[in-house]
Amino acid sequence: MSVEVRNIHKRFGPVHANNAISLHFEDGRIYGILGENGAGKSTLMKILSGFYLADSGQILVDGRAVSVASPEGAIRAGIGMLQQDPLDVGPFTVLENFIYGQPGAVRPDWDGARAQFVDLAGRLGFTISPNTLIEDLSIAQRQQLEIIRLLAFGVRLLILDEPTTGISAEQKTILFEALKRLAREDGLTVLFVSHKLEDVLELCDEVAVLRLGRLVGQAHLPVTTNALVAMMFGQELAPASRSDVVLGDSMLEVRELSLTSERVTIQGCNLSVRAGEVIGLAGLDGSGQELLTRAIVGLRRPAAGQVCVGGQDLTGKHYREYLAARVCFGAAGRLEEGLVSGLTLTEHFALVDPEQGAWIDWERARRIASEQIAHYNIYGRPESPIETLSGGNQQRVLMALMAAAPRLLVLEHPTRGLDVESSRWIWEQILARRAEGTAVVFTSADLDEIVTYSDRILVFYAGQISEVPDARRTTVDELGHLIGGQRLTKESVA
Amino acid sequence: MDELSRILGSVVANATPLVIASIGETITERVGVINLSLDGSITLAAMLSFVVAYSTGSAAAGLLAGMLAGMLIALLIVVASIELRQDQVAVGFVLTMLAADLAQFLGQNYTRRPGPTFPTVPVPLLAEVPFLGNFLFNHNILIYFSFLLLFATWYVMYRTRWGLALRAVGERPATAFARGTNVNRTRYLYAALGGALVGLAGASYSLAIKAGWANPPVMRGDGWIALAIVIFGGWHPVRVAFGAYLFAGLRILASTIQQTTDFPLVLVNAVPWVLMILTLLMVSSGAVDWLMRFTPRRLRWVVRLLALFGVRGQEETAASRTPGRLRRVLRNFLRSDPPGALGSTFSRE
Amino acid sequence: MTRESIPARRLIGIGVAVGSIAVALLLTALLIVAVNASPRDVFDKIWEGVGLAGGRLDMPRFSGVINFWIPLMLVCTGLLVTFTAGLWNIGVEGQMVMGAIFATWVAQEVSLPSVLLVPLEMAAAALGGALWGLLAGVLKTRGGVHEIFGGVALNNLANIFGIYLISGPWGNQGGQATPPFREEALLLPASSEFRVSLVALVMVGVAFVVVVMALRGTHWGLELKALGKSARSALLLGVPTQRNALLAMAICGLLAGIAGSIRVLFTYGNLRPLVSGGIGFLGVLVVLLTGTRALWAPIVAFFFAAIMVGSTRLNIALQLDQSLAGVVQGILVLVFILANGISARLRARRQAPAAEAASIPPKEAAHG
Repeated sequence: MSVEVRNIHKRFGPVHANNAISLHFEDGRIYGILGENGAGKSTLMKILSGFYLADSGQILVDGRAVSVASPEGAIRAGIGMLQQDPLDVGPFTVLENFIYGQPGAVRPDWDGARAQFVDLAGRLGFTISPNTLIEDLSIAQRQQLEIIRLLAFGVRLLILDEPTTGISAEQKTILFEALKRLAREDGLTVLFVSHKLEDVLELCDEVAVLRLGRLVGQAHLPVTTNALVAMMFGQELAPASRSDVVLGDSMLEVRELSLTSERVTIQGCNLSVRAGEVIGLAGLDGSGQELLTRAIVGLRRPAAGQVCVGGQDLTGKHYREYLAARVCFGAAGRLEEGLVSGLTLTEHFALVDPEQGAWIDWERARRIASEQIAHYNIYGRPESPIETLSGGNQQRVLMALMAAAPRLLVLEHPTRGLDVESSRWIWEQILARRAEGTAVVFTSADLDEIVTYSDRILVFYAGQISEVPDARRTTVDELGHLIGGQRLTKESVA
Repeated sequence: MDELSRILGSVVANATPLVIASIGETITERVGVINLSLDGSITLAAMLSFVVAYSTGSAAAGLLAGMLAGMLIALLIVVASIELRQDQVAVGFVLTMLAADLAQFLGQNYTRRPGPTFPTVPVPLLAEVPFLGNFLFNHNILIYFSFLLLFATWYVMYRTRWGLALRAVGERPATAFARGTNVNRTRYLYAALGGALVGLAGASYSLAIKAGWANPPVMRGDGWIALAIVIFGGWHPVRVAFGAYLFAGLRILASTIQQTTDFPLVLVNAVPWVLMILTLLMVSSGAVDWLMRFTPRRLRWVVRLLALFGVRGQEETAASRTPGRLRRVLRNFLRSDPPGALGSTFSRE
Repeated sequence: MTRESIPARRLIGIGVAVGSIAVALLLTALLIVAVNASPRDVFDKIWEGVGLAGGRLDMPRFSGVINFWIPLMLVCTGLLVTFTAGLWNIGVEGQMVMGAIFATWVAQEVSLPSVLLVPLEMAAAALGGALWGLLAGVLKTRGGVHEIFGGVALNNLANIFGIYLISGPWGNQGGQATPPFREEALLLPASSEFRVSLVALVMVGVAFVVVVMALRGTHWGLELKALGKSARSALLLGVPTQRNALLAMAICGLLAGIAGSIRVLFTYGNLRPLVSGGIGFLGVLVVLLTGTRALWAPIVAFFFAAIMVGSTRLNIALQLDQSLAGVVQGILVLVFILANGISARLRARRQAPAAEAASIPPKEAAHG
């Protein structure tokens, strides 16, 4: 089945997310769709798979124009998309999730569906039990389930949106093997959306590059990485320089810390972070990084062990005492954890200003808001409600709200969902504070980010923590293997 | 033995409106809609059922009127939520107050009169079975319906495609949309069904279990209890029904104690509300762990047993160690998290 | 964002309000016809009950409205605090009853001159209400019991406790009420014509002004607002969320408790079953109607009090149940909420094309 998009346009308010995009996909081939965050690749794929409606343009399947008005309609036309966060239902079993959406009688043929599922899974080399609950699966397994499900529908064009984010190296190998087999043996067309060059180079036959809503280049692989980079960014980016900072006193001491959640358990974790150090926490989602970040800011009570900040024992103390000890925390979900939707920028600054007395000096609050807006280059006004700002600007506000010169700065996914420019800017801010003697601990799913900025790297695997021996010389590849659980020695972290 | 059978029979009868209403609300909340108006809806439906039955001489006509009232109120909440983006809890609360006052106002000329009721219909043969006969098979038709409803709800929810769509809409609407389910239409449909059942519960008071209409109405407060039972039952129809029977049983127990001792009647009235607080404390996260900490080691099995219906935390990990099918069944039955999208609205982009 | 001028938006707001009132009155009239009464008569009687019939003010009857307004306004003031903090304090009804019970206890047990006794009664009532509110708050913050359910249960428990006291330890009069309080235990009316307690009136004014200023101008008010909009984010920004939630519940309970004491110390002169008279729930309706526009609360509360007091005449004059008042109020709030939704939807539809032309640099908007 060949699929073609012709002259697709899509606008979101003022943003022209897809601008006159035309592409042609042949069967049996794997296409990489490359582009930075915000380049418009996800939008194009969502149009192709019926989640969005294009403002104008055509989709043709085998030369005939088809109307793809809903995901269901797309599947009927043979196009299926695997979302980055797979669209399934947590409390369902795998089998229920497999059946839901398939046409058929009110009372499904459970045994038949089970047989079909086991058969398809076996053919692709996936191992998932049909009785497991979705919420007990890893992201990689949920992706596998989605692929099986879409294939059962007879999908001929399979779209995968950033599928290698948050899965291990082994799981990636399994996924790539399955995709290659589907293309070579079954003649499926695969669209692989990614911003990771190495993945695209490893898997794809052809590549299309999007930048700022336009198609800027197409190529048959192999090509050089540099050529792709030039297409993606318009120019080559210089890597952020890493300056050496003189380490100061110990800011954070974690001793024999044990943490438990319903999913993971961390036992006997030891960690010492000195002023001016940047510690990167790598690992798959839910491997225990979040337990640690939340424990060292006082949001999770440890089962055992000690947390000291600047020599002060804060074990089991409330989050507010950590704040008072100048520990700053930036959570992953900005509008859920950190910013108050419905409050203006001025109100946010008034809320955290330690100089404000019982009666708020609104004059002062407005002045500080204006200053911070200018200083942090925030696109917004003092009286703008925070939820009207874009993600990058919200992250800037979050940085601006943090106390000056913190002892310890703990950040979860500080640049998730931001474009390159904003990400670099955020890191400039973090590194500036580090130069003034702040100890930094951060998590990220982006291994490049971890490798680029960390002085030391801790790798989490199912609650076990190991330290990368020479963080400054490690590579994304090496880290990827560690994250997948390879070569893991249960060594305590010094 | 015969005495016990009769007592259990009266527990079943008295629990019936609660069973029907709380299953109706379970269905509603499972698609993500909170119908907070139960206390008012039930009262208004009871009044309308009685008045229509009284005027037409037909209990069935009354029943339909009650169901219609319950359905309309539920639909009002869904329209306000889906089309007008208003808070379901706010609209539900206003409707609670309004429906109760409306019942009192419109029913003022119909109080304390005899009207048509649903008669007791013993099931042939089964009603003669010792013990079980009086317990389960010597009732009116609404009570038999509640048995059927319980089974049908469970079956549809967990064994059919309709049930998959129903649960997905309340749990993760984006997924439901991607699988071709019309999220809003599903919400309208099941909220209307749930509302009709709430109306039926009201009718089952005035046409059967506490026949007639009075001012103040006898069923005031039961709507709130039904809402609490849904939480207590962890949004699972079987557990919810169990909760309703348990509640009715404890209530009857309390009034029996009152009749045989000189325990003050007013304090017996307090029993349902104390129970409501205690059960909600039980299912809320953390309460079990907290109790465990303050219980001597030898008595902890008691807490575990009590916690069977409010499992979270420690018990959950115990359940996750049980492998395979048993674990899945247990987990699905014992989970007490609300539906993921409860009270929210869904839009496509 | 919106390009409507402020006067235009205000005009729409007034239009929605007036339209809602008209629709609510129409619906009510239909219901009155449904029970075979004449809407005309009913509105006449309500007018009469308020004391405004025949072109002159009937002071004693008008005082009745004020006397209903005073506890209602105290409750609304308290609810402004809990609503700002994002709490559905439906338990306000029970907090009133607890206040009444505590005041009654002091009135019966303590002998002091009036100047000391009345403040003591009110302080006790404030304490009782605050404790009952705090209990609902603790059930929520510590026990995970939603305040709606905790509140409903505590309302019923407070009423049952009151009935128990009346029928048992404190009762005579066949369990209908406690004996009348002594003269020095009561709040006194300003004059025989204007039968309103000036002390209570002043308290309402002070409470309302203090609460509104605290919510608008203090850091604590801003903390409550943040808490109400997002408890999690408020915590992460350093707001002591649990303490503030409990404090809000206690303050609301305190004011409700005082409202309850006014019911026993002035309105009735003794403790009766269901002493709150539904004022707590009515307060919730008022605050739902006004939202955060606190300055409208006194006006709406007055309007509701007038309907409530006026409709007591219905029973006597037309043999109509006085629940009509609740029906009118309920319909009004419901219609208003729906009308707000409709007008917001219409406005959104009208502005959808305009938003595309808004001049935000595309680069910035593309962030995230």
